[in-house]
Amino acid sequence: MHYLQQVLFIALTAFGTWLFTRKAGEIRRNILLGKEEEISGNSGARWRNLLLLALGQKKMFKNPLVAMMHLVIYAGFVIINIEVLEIVLDGLTGKHRLFATPLGNLYTILINAFEWLAAGVILVCIIFLVRRNLLRLKRFLSRDLDGWPRSDANYILLTEIVLMSLFLTMNAADQVLQAKGNEHYLHTGVFAISSFISPLLSGMSEQSLIVLERSCWWLHIAGIFAFLNYLPYSKHLHILLAFPNAYYARLELPGKMHNMPSVQKEVLYAMQPETAPADAVLPAHFGAKDIFELSWKNLLDAYSCTECGRCTASCPANLTGKKLSPRKIMMATRDRLEEVGKNINTNKTFIADNKSLLHDYISVEELRACTTCNACVEACPVSISPLDIITELRRSLIMEESNAPQEWNSTFSNIENNFAPWKFSPDERDKWAAEA
Amino acid sequence: MKVNTLAEMMAEGKTPDILFWVGCAGSFDQRAQKITKAFAAILDKVGYQYAILGKEEACTGDPARRAGNEFLFQMMAYQNIQVLNGYGIKKIVTTCPHCFNTLKNEYPELGGDYEVIHHTTLLQQLIDEGKIKLKEGGSFKGKKISYHDSCYLGRANNIYEAPRKVLESLDAELVEMKRCRTNGLCCGAGGAQMFKEDEPGEKRINIERTDEALATGASFIASACPFCNTMMTDGVKNREKESEVAVLDIAEMIAASME
Repeated sequence: MHYLQQVLFIALTAFGTWLFTRKAGEIRRNILLGKEEEISGNSGARWRNLLLLALGQKKMFKNPLVAMMHLVIYAGFVIINIEVLEIVLDGLTGKHRLFATPLGNLYTILINAFEWLAAGVILVCIIFLVRRNLLRLKRFLSRDLDGWPRSDANYILLTEIVLMSLFLTMNAADQVLQAKGNEHYLHTGVFAISSFISPLLSGMSEQSLIVLERSCWWLHIAGIFAFLNYLPYSKHLHILLAFPNAYYARLELPGKMHNMPSVQKEVLYAMQPETAPADAVLPAHFGAKDIFELSWKNLLDAYSCTECGRCTASCPANLTGKKLSPRKIMMATRDRLEEVGKNINTNKTFIADNKSLLHDYISVEELRACTTCNACVEACPVSISPLDIITELRRSLIMEESNAPQEWNSTFSNIENNFAPWKFSPDERDKWAAEA
Repeated sequence: MKVNTLAEMMAEGKTPDILFWVGCAGSFDQRAQKITKAFAAILDKVGYQYAILGKEEACTGDPARRAGNEFLFQMMAYQNIQVLNGYGIKKIVTTCPHCFNTLKNEYPELGGDYEVIHHTTLLQQLIDEGKIKLKEGGSFKGKKISYHDSCYLGRANNIYEAPRKVLESLDAELVEMKRCRTNGLCCGAGGAQMFKEDEPGEKRINIERTDEALATGASFIASACPFCNTMMTDGVKNREKESEVAVLDIAEMIAASME
């Protein structure tokens, strides 16, 4: 029996880890379907972003109350992993509370801290469930979240409540068993939260208590492995990808758009034909029509998005009823990327499916509504730039499809011929000076 | 007041301290021309040796690039950089945050490297240095002014304080809108929106922003961008408040308050 549990545990750990590693590899492969983009240098500033934006959640603190609540869940998640380490080691060695004896009093203090955090996580998850489902917050009511995304958010909160409850119930049963003098259950001192649950269990027989304690232990750790493998399919993936995404966040001023050296050269060759090499070739694409033409950072952005909607809540176009929603841009990019990934899984290599991110997932109307104001970029707590994707798709619309509203075509021709977006004679450019 | 073009100045064997990049709005738009003239008057008054490019200036290409037309942007950039480098320009001031952003952030990797400053930053420097002297009890003293952050000055380039410091020197009461600084709401003109009709929606962005500005009870809406100025002016007219609330560029306010 004893060894069977150990074998089962090793099998569970191996399977859970293998499954997650496989999916993580798939996500890495998908992200690298994007265009190469050299993002390096200034590692000091990058580590600072990682610490401040990802670990410190700096941007969340624009709303301190929500930030504090989010921090409780987050700290709970990270710190309780220390307890998971003990659980894993117990599982592998067949011991019970391996750290209790070497740590002594410190152990009780640690478990108490975990219990307080667990209680905090449960409380905040309940508040967040109410906030998402009962308070009529615009960014949670949005149609962006209809269907799976809304359920996804609730599943995450419910799972965290269940995991924390299992942890507390396990400790409660443990304490009753300690009191009953079961020698397998070492004395640990009184636990802060679970000791309030213990009285409810005191009527149970020793055998049922052991079953309860073991069940909670197993469900808790199995739940953690299940949750780990749920992450790649969920918006919750941000708990991992927020870190690389903050590290690779752009360090240039947000006003600067990515240059297109291919077009720069093309124009240079047109202006100075003597500089053109004989074998100059035009690039295959201008801007991005599909995920393959976006940069890998845009695709990492898509996987890092937790669909909180702070971008959309600050978007002037969305606020005034236009179709554009920066959050939806990110969700659409991830959906398309996942679809391409599945295509590759099935066919070994990507087989054209007559679809593209532009048009099939993101419409012209959405792209046209953007004022490039950078509000979405500023709002994002995990360093995503929806604007980058919008402008790349706009480039494809204009340069590959010549798809522009009539007014823009006039603007272009005015800039080209009159050197100003309006139809004024360039000779009148300094007319104001004569009147000054 | 004589406004010299660079060509004229060079012909006289003089080199300007700074090039005033006027921009398309500042050159052609009737409302924005007033901003241009006000800023030129300030430069003139403080004795700055400045020049404009005149007919040699062309659109930086900002709206074309943001709309997606990189070819046109690159053509304009090439042309402007040829002119600027040809004259050996070192320092540029501009009254338009869009020109500012393109010249400062996007031209360097195309071969056009200049020290570029926005006029609000220059105004702050001139006030700090005591070169701009303001009248005691000017026309804005004690008045409520609300500053509208331009996206291309604020979020795009992290300039939030210079325009506010300049306004503080007017002894006015600065009142902030609910969404300001990094959270500032766009006027609706950026990304080449200025040059086309809105996409279908419930409200125009400039009306949304103007409502927010009007809610502060300010008698002046201060802008630092000719496009924001147009959008906010239209918004105030739309709400029929033009007799109570004026939309003015910071340069116009300073020009009107100088000794």
